[in-house]
Order: sequence, then C-alpha cells, then structure tokens
Amino acid sequence: MKVIKIDKSELDAGLEKLEKSFRLIGPVKEKNYYAFKELKPGQKPDLGFSNSRLSAKSIVYPQSEVMFEYSLDRNDEKYAILEEPARSYQPRAIIGIRPCDADAYEIVRRNFDTPEYKDSYWLKNYEATTLVGLACKNPGATCFCTSAHSGPFSEKNLDVMLVENNDHYLGRLLTEKGEKLAETAGWTTTAAADDTFENLKQEAESKIKSKVSTDNLASQSLIALHEAESAIWETEAVSCINCGTCTHACPTCWCFDVQDETYGKSGVRMRNWDSCMYPLFTVHASGHNPRGTKIGRVRQRFMHKLKYYVDKYEKGIQCTGCGRCVRLCPVNIDIRRICNKMNSFDPETSSCEVAS
Amino acid sequence: MQNPYLPYPVRIDDITVETEDKSLKTFKFVFLNPGDEEKFAYQAGQFAELSIAGLGEIPIGIASSPTEKGFVKFTVFKTGKVTSYLHAMKEGDIMGIRGPMGNSYPWDQLKGKTVVIIGGGFAFTTLRSSIVYMLHPDNRSNFKDIHVIYGARSPGMLLYKDELMAWAQRDDINMHITVDGTDDPEWKYHKGFVPAITEQVAPPGNADTYAIICGPPIMIKFTQPVLDKLDYSHDKIIMSLENRMKCGIGICGHCNIGKELVCKDGPVFTLEQLNQTPKEY
Repeated sequence: MKVIKIDKSELDAGLEKLEKSFRLIGPVKEKNYYAFKELKPGQKPDLGFSNSRLSAKSIVYPQSEVMFEYSLDRNDEKYAILEEPARSYQPRAIIGIRPCDADAYEIVRRNFDTPEYKDSYWLKNYEATTLVGLACKNPGATCFCTSAHSGPFSEKNLDVMLVENNDHYLGRLLTEKGEKLAETAGWTTTAAADDTFENLKQEAESKIKSKVSTDNLASQSLIALHEAESAIWETEAVSCINCGTCTHACPTCWCFDVQDETYGKSGVRMRNWDSCMYPLFTVHASGHNPRGTKIGRVRQRFMHKLKYYVDKYEKGIQCTGCGRCVRLCPVNIDIRRICNKMNSFDPETSSCEVAS
Repeated sequence: MQNPYLPYPVRIDDITVETEDKSLKTFKFVFLNPGDEEKFAYQAGQFAELSIAGLGEIPIGIASSPTEKGFVKFTVFKTGKVTSYLHAMKEGDIMGIRGPMGNSYPWDQLKGKTVVIIGGGFAFTTLRSSIVYMLHPDNRSNFKDIHVIYGARSPGMLLYKDELMAWAQRDDINMHITVDGTDDPEWKYHKGFVPAITEQVAPPGNADTYAIICGPPIMIKFTQPVLDKLDYSHDKIIMSLENRMKCGIGICGHCNIGKELVCKDGPVFTLEQLNQTPKEY
C-alpha cells in the first residue's frame, strides 16, 4: 500500500483538480450541525467536524429517489408504462467520510446486492463513489465503533484514508480507485515510513470508553430473545415515542417505502426511506397489523440489528457503533444497553446482567 | 444491470366476477412484449406484484398454473387503494406485473406423495394453480392421492365454481366442497366449517402425506388441532403467508418474520419452520 503526504496547504489545490472529474461531496456546516452535501464549485469540505448529524448513507441511497416515470395521457404511446429515467452515474467522491459510515456501506451492501437480485439504483451509485475517509482522532462520548467491527481508524471499506497529522495529512491509498483519485488530485509525495499511523490509531482507540458485548448474540435463542418481554422489551419500549429518528440517523438502516406521485397527467414512482418504528410499516390492507404495538416495533429494530442480521449473514451486528441513535434519541433509548441486555439474557431466569 | 423493480407491461385480456358479492374478480393478463412470458416462468405457490402506474403495487398469488400458456391469472379481493382501482379497470387496459416472486410449494418434495389441500374463502388462488398443475396429464402420475377440502361462507362465495364442479366429477381427485350454510335445496356438497369437514374426510398423516393449508386465520387456528389429531407432523403441514410488502424481492425490509422475509424466503413455510419464527404475520 502506498502512503502519501499531503500538506494542508496542498489539499485545496488537489480538491480543485478533483472537481473536474468528480462530483465532490463533503461535510458542510449547517446551523449547529454538519451534513454531507454535494460541494459547489470552489466550496471546500469542512474537515474540522466531529461527525455529521445524519450519516452519509444518503449519498448512495437518497432519502427520496425517483425509480420510474410514467404518463397517464391516454393519447401517449407509452401510456401507463413505467420507464427508468436517464440518469448520470458520473464518478463522485465523498471527502472526509468517517470510518463508521464507510463500514456501514459494507453492511448495507449485503441487503442491496444479493445473488438473486441486484438493486441497480444503490449499486450504480455505490460503484460510482470513491470513499476518502478521515480518521477519527477525537471520537464522541457515545461512540462504540471498536466493539462493533469498526473503529476510528478502520480502513475496511475505504479507498483512501486521510489521517490528520499536524501540518499535513497522511494519505493511505487502499484501493486502485483510491490511487487513481490521488493521482488526479496531484497528491504524489510519498510519506516517510514510520509508526505515526499506528501510534495515532492506538491513541484514538484508547479514547473510546464505551463498548458493547456481542459474543453471545449468535448463540442466543431467537425465539427466547423475542419473548423476553419483561426482561428487555417492556422496559425499553415504555418511553419510546416511535418518532423514527434512530432509523433516519442510522447509517445501516435500509428500509424503504415505494409511492407513486402523479402531477396532472404524468408522475413518478419513487422510493423513500421508511421506518419500522411507524405502525403503517406493517399494516395490511385489511387493517390487521402484525406489529401493532410499540413493544413489537421497538423489539423489531433491535432484534433486526442485533439478532436477525447476526444469524442471517454471520458477519456480526448490523451496527458500526457510530452512536448517532444514542445521541439523538429524545427519550434516551440506548442501543449499547439493549445490546448488552440481549447478549447477557438468560432464558432460564429470564434476566439480564445489565440494569435498566 | 437489470432493474428488478421494472414491471412487465401487460394488457387485461379478460375479467371474471368470481363471487356473488362481486368482491372478487379474476384478471387474465397477456404480456405486451414477446419474450416476457418466458421470463415470467413460475411455479404454483409463487406470487407477483401487480403494478398500476399512479397507484402502486400489490403482492398477489398467481392463480393460473404453469401448465396454462399464453396468459397469467390473478384473483383479487377488493380491499385497498390499488385493488379498488383494479376492480374498476376494463378489458384492454394496460398495467404491469413484476415477478414471479417467492418460493413455491415444495414440488420436488411432494413428488410421489399424497397431497391434501385445505382452503377457505378467497385464499384458494395458489391452490387452484396447484390443483390445475397436479391434474395436468404430464404431472398427475407424479402424485399419489389428491384430496381437496375447500369451504366458503355460501355457494355464491366459492371461487372457480365451474372448475370445482368439474373436478368433483373426476376419479383422480377427491373433492370435498363445503359451505358454512345454505338454504339451496339443490346443494349436494358438504355443509359445515372446514376444520370439521377435514376431521371427517382427510386421510391420517403419515410419511407420505402432506397438507397444504391456506385460509383465513380463524380457519387455520381450528384446522391445526385437527391435523395434530390426525397425526400430521409439523414438517408435513405447509402454509403460505401474507405480509405487507413493497419490493417483493427481499430488499425493502417490510415483510420480515424474524430473520425470514415472507417475500423471498417464503411465502411458503412448513409449520415446523413457523414454530421457529416470531408470530408477526
């Protein structure tokens, strides 16, 4: 792997070169939070951020996305026939994505890219994207990435990893895509081979104090965990207001709804992020709702991330420990506490080793 | 890369009103593009998304049999936004279908076995597909005895009545048609609920006998103890589930029961499998 050195004063010039062949996306300050946005010509990513309020998932998987267009004009030759609109999938690069959000794409990909079906919208967006990560030197108090198969310096799913180091960035070119991007930006100075990366990595990892235990999740009985109403679900669900903030902020929540919207005689079929926190998510046309209670919905979210996904893919939990849901939940429902409860649940005594 | 959300355009070729209350209609679709019918190759027990531009999609079991060529049929109960609109559509109208989706009844496993079909109300559509498939001259010898217990509220609420009466005349299928009640003096079939008729006429369970049950929850609830009594093991009781769906291909996340997705891992499950999943259906 090639490691380059980018002086901070060189960064902007490189980004300007990149602008010519990539759509650039980066963290931008909005009011009192950060968001990943497409950068206007000349606009620079604000790399002084901690993390964005919502994850970077929307870059590959927009909150609303047109799937098809149709005409409802009976004189039209294509009347009532759906067609995919022409769309450009020109190369784009996310500058400054945090490792937790990059690792989330790997998790989400297992859902959108299966042997039987390929979600063409997600995959085309993803394949056009180069991920330029920014190592997390000051993780937040709710971050627990190191115990969620990720980490502040995780390079698993990145093309380039930037590590801030005094007056420069170390740039670790992890894939061919990443090498190509560095070349286009004119970042070519080879960095001295030393322990800087390892030292900074260890320093950052040691700052993460919160963690989850996941070692027993796979061997727990799915049905027993589902039925652990008094030990886990009743207490956890009591304060939930089913607002859906957790699912919207989450980099690994992938559920969507499909809706047709007609304007006059033409319209679009679009998909929109959906949330298992909403009663409408599962309601049948007959009115029957298999998850008609709040307990059922709260349980679904955590069982999906921490048990169903674990059992289905055998690749760990569906969570990278970004801590957003913990930070943003208006009623302090904490996935770390729930994960530890599920992990320590004893069906014999119907109890957990974690206090509520 | 193929877009798995793009429906095949179809024309409504024929519409049949199935029941006396007009709440069920059978739609016969013909593919607009040659070649699409072949791509839609399906097995009995699978379903598809019926797509109407401007309204959306609905997952519906395929009522025609793979042995019937040149068209596909779906019987639809008028209940929500899309189905209400569909019921008002006319022959010749253009819409879309996307599929086939889901697994099917386990036809490899059913080879050489006795098949007991137990249906109630309008959940008889994929069962009709199965019966037509099994009775086809190419396939009938692949199965031992075929028993059908099918019930509806009244004679006028039975689906596919002409076919039912024709099957009742055959000697290679044991038809047990029943209604909850009727004042028709000419009615020559059973009267009574499906679980009670099942107890009277179904063969006892054994290693070579499978039951396929589709019907309203109340029918399933009372039929299950009957099958237990008749010694059907849970791996020989086959059921087909419905849940709210959007994509139909295991991606949108709406229809899960535990780690299983009804659209992709189902809709057909054995009772043994369902015993291992949360009852969120």
